Amino acid sequence: MSESPASATPPPVTPPSNGGPPSVAARMAFYQRAGGIVTPIMTALLAFLVGGVVVAASGHNPLTTYREIFNGTGLNWFFQVGSHDIGLPFSDARVWFPWNVNDAQSEAAFNLQQTLLVATPLVFTGLAVAFAFRCGMFNIGGQGQYIVGAMVSVWVGSSWVGMNHGLHIVLAVVLAAFAGALWAGIAGFLKATVGAHEVITTIMLNWIAYWIGNYAFGQGGPLQNDFNESVPVSNDIAEGAKLPVFWGDALLQGLHVGFFVAIAALVVYWLTLNRTTLGYEVRAVGFNPEAARYGGISVRRSYFLAMAIAGGFAAIGGALDILGWQFRLGVIDIQSSQIGFIGIAVALLGRNTAVGVGLSALLFGALLNGTSTRNLDPEVFQPELAGNLTLMIQALVLLFVGADVLILIFWQRLRRLRPGRSAAREAPS
Amino acid sequence: MEAAPALELRGITKQFPGVLANDHVDFDIVPGEVHALLGENGAGKSTLMNIVYGLYKADEGEILLKGKPVTFTSSKDAIRSGIGMVHQHFMLIPVMTVAENIVLAEEPVHEGVLLDYDAAARRVQELADSFNFHIDPNARIEDIGVGQQQRVEILKALYRKADILILDEPTAVLTPQEAAELAGILRTLKQEGMAIVFISHKLNEVLDIADRVTVLRRGKRIDTLPTAGATRESLARLMVGREVLLRVEKTPSKPAEPLLKVDDVSVLDDRGLPAVQNVSFEVRAGEIVGIAGVDGNGQTELIDAVTGLRKLDSGRVAVGDEDVSGGGARQVIDAGLGHIPEDRHRRGLVLDFTLAENLALHDYREPPDSRFGWLFPRRLIARARKLLEQFDVRGGTPLTRASALSGGNQQKVVVAREIERDPRVLLAAQPTRGLDVGAIEFVHRRLIEERDQGRAILLVSLELDEILSLSDRILVMYEGRIVGEYGPDVTDEQLGIAMTGGAEHQAA
Repeated sequence: MSESPASATPPPVTPPSNGGPPSVAARMAFYQRAGGIVTPIMTALLAFLVGGVVVAASGHNPLTTYREIFNGTGLNWFFQVGSHDIGLPFSDARVWFPWNVNDAQSEAAFNLQQTLLVATPLVFTGLAVAFAFRCGMFNIGGQGQYIVGAMVSVWVGSSWVGMNHGLHIVLAVVLAAFAGALWAGIAGFLKATVGAHEVITTIMLNWIAYWIGNYAFGQGGPLQNDFNESVPVSNDIAEGAKLPVFWGDALLQGLHVGFFVAIAALVVYWLTLNRTTLGYEVRAVGFNPEAARYGGISVRRSYFLAMAIAGGFAAIGGALDILGWQFRLGVIDIQSSQIGFIGIAVALLGRNTAVGVGLSALLFGALLNGTSTRNLDPEVFQPELAGNLTLMIQALVLLFVGADVLILIFWQRLRRLRPGRSAAREAPS
Repeated sequence: MEAAPALELRGITKQFPGVLANDHVDFDIVPGEVHALLGENGAGKSTLMNIVYGLYKADEGEILLKGKPVTFTSSKDAIRSGIGMVHQHFMLIPVMTVAENIVLAEEPVHEGVLLDYDAAARRVQELADSFNFHIDPNARIEDIGVGQQQRVEILKALYRKADILILDEPTAVLTPQEAAELAGILRTLKQEGMAIVFISHKLNEVLDIADRVTVLRRGKRIDTLPTAGATRESLARLMVGREVLLRVEKTPSKPAEPLLKVDDVSVLDDRGLPAVQNVSFEVRAGEIVGIAGVDGNGQTELIDAVTGLRKLDSGRVAVGDEDVSGGGARQVIDAGLGHIPEDRHRRGLVLDFTLAENLALHDYREPPDSRFGWLFPRRLIARARKLLEQFDVRGGTPLTRASALSGGNQQKVVVAREIERDPRVLLAAQPTRGLDVGAIEFVHRRLIEERDQGRAILLVSLELDEILSLSDRILVMYEGRIVGEYGPDVTDEQLGIAMTGGAEHQAA
């Protein structure tokens, strides 16, 4: 029996078995789809569970540790439900709002601002991985593309000091996105023309971006600051190039409007994939390049464009960080940044969907912020260890994402134990 | 049928979640008999035999071997009990010799561990001689043809002393000559007292080779009858459950102006070796030109070259008046060529796309599907709904993923997409591969209709029956060349000889 029978019900949970064995990637994609929202949630829960075991093994109480981390993320702000009037922007009108946005200085509000501040670039680097993935490519180069975006935006932002406020910001973001697109486009171009594997080329491009940054902002570098030769950091960007802060204190790293750009990017991502011919081509190539070619789609062009768009996303993330709260770029920032790499975990956990990437960016942003030394009480759990806990949970998520076929099988076993709902989901292999 | 059955199945039931693959199937076979298991794809033939071979476990029912109930937990048990099975895809190791493959797992050894190759080759030779097989035990598997490889599989079963042999669609990969030779071999084995189960969905060969036939439909045994007295029509009716038109009704063609011109085309294969050499032909409006040939004689490369999916090494291809040589797939499509590809999973469909998206695979970038790069999914869905209805695609809505459809319905989706574009030339490559009788009937009728609408149709198929029943002219390809052209009244013997390179160039 090589063919599953026709049926009007949703496809049974079995990899398409016709016509030879499907590739590993195809099988993964299939199981991920089949798992729906269940597997990502189980994946995250399992990662936290294992993390909790480690916390317990180190002699701490995992429950209090997790509660403390949670409070550090500022997500407890949402529990402070009440009745508040807030002013609508650009008008005198006041409307009811369930949470107290006016009190931007409470500890929870401040923490939440920081969490969202971290989540913002993660959305972009997550989308960078997700978009390439939908075209069948694994973009490991988010970090390099992010750095390129940050470098270009800091250069634009610190040049032309007298420029019009809005124009300066737009110029910095657009040029950064363009540079990131070109940067990632190199990998896409090489894949399209000589077939160089994108994993290899994007990793190489990461290192090139890294060393360019080290050189450009390092001592004696062309973009080093003008005021102190011993500090390897750029000039500050002009006041006019800074993104407006809409929640919290601008001097205390409040939440900048880049957050809305991130939400818009998620919408753009969805629309591009599902409502444009470009997205159609990208998805067709991602699912089955041979069929796409047969259909008259230029597979090479799709590879190049998908990679360029991915690079654009990551670079905008870098630009928003510079214009929103960092305001300058130092060699140390380039060396310690992990935002691009965490984007891989964001995309994988988010299943390369718009909503998924948004939610998992929030999760990772919260984790990074909640375990930072600033937020975690050393009495509960040493913050130095907590940072590692974040890394560990991140690694576990990646591990379980790779193993989510296992999770799905486990999940189905569970369901099969319950009578009645079982069968009908699985077909002969 | 007075002899005690070598194998008897009683009430075998196998439930796969969502599908009842076998529903209380009875089956028996006596020594010295060829018993065919006939049914459409998905009727449960292979499942039943996989249960016998120990690959699946039945939910209900019992297996009796020479009157004794047995339970197999793996194919090892089955082999030990004297059951041999030749699968559709051979399980041979290409770099090893015939003898090595046959003795695998039961090798004659010397000094405890070392393979006694000479003894192995000698035993295999003796075995082959005793059944009158012509085979060289020292040849490497990768160097011998498919028909020979199949013999190796059969010898493997004989070497393990099988007295029940199960053949799963054995002729699917063979040329007519090889199929005839296989029939001869089966006759010899029958005389030696073997019981042979022969799985097939081809009516001719069942009538030709088998003594009795059991027809399965949707997991149920419909009937068991002797082939003497049965006809193709009666078997087809049992198989499908309704009257089936086996012979395609068609009027003589009225060819008009040439629409596809292939002129002195040469093509290289993936390894850079010449696969098609100096091939020239024309297909005119209102005719079906069939290209016959054994698999791997350059047909695939020729199709790819004509459709712009592979570069021409030299020569020219024109669709209508437009020279498309050197153009890509997009140019060929726009010039008016529809292409039903030979592998619908690799090429014809994006299995993860919905049917609506699949149906738009060529048109998504043109109005009304899209405008200025903006796609209108609702329009795709509306059009898909219309086409699914028109082409009688069952088991899916426009939003169903293509992978959820059965093979026949998937093929209908491909056919619908290609015909809906109103192409001047339609290239149908293996258009009925893997389809069952009902779907084959649909595709064949549709191709004739399209011919009568004035399209030029190029049919490339490995199925001689298909070529013979549809084509108005037949070209035979052998080793990358067209070695003969025949009219529709040619016999399959003549074609078969030409297909294996035996014909001097003779134009009809």
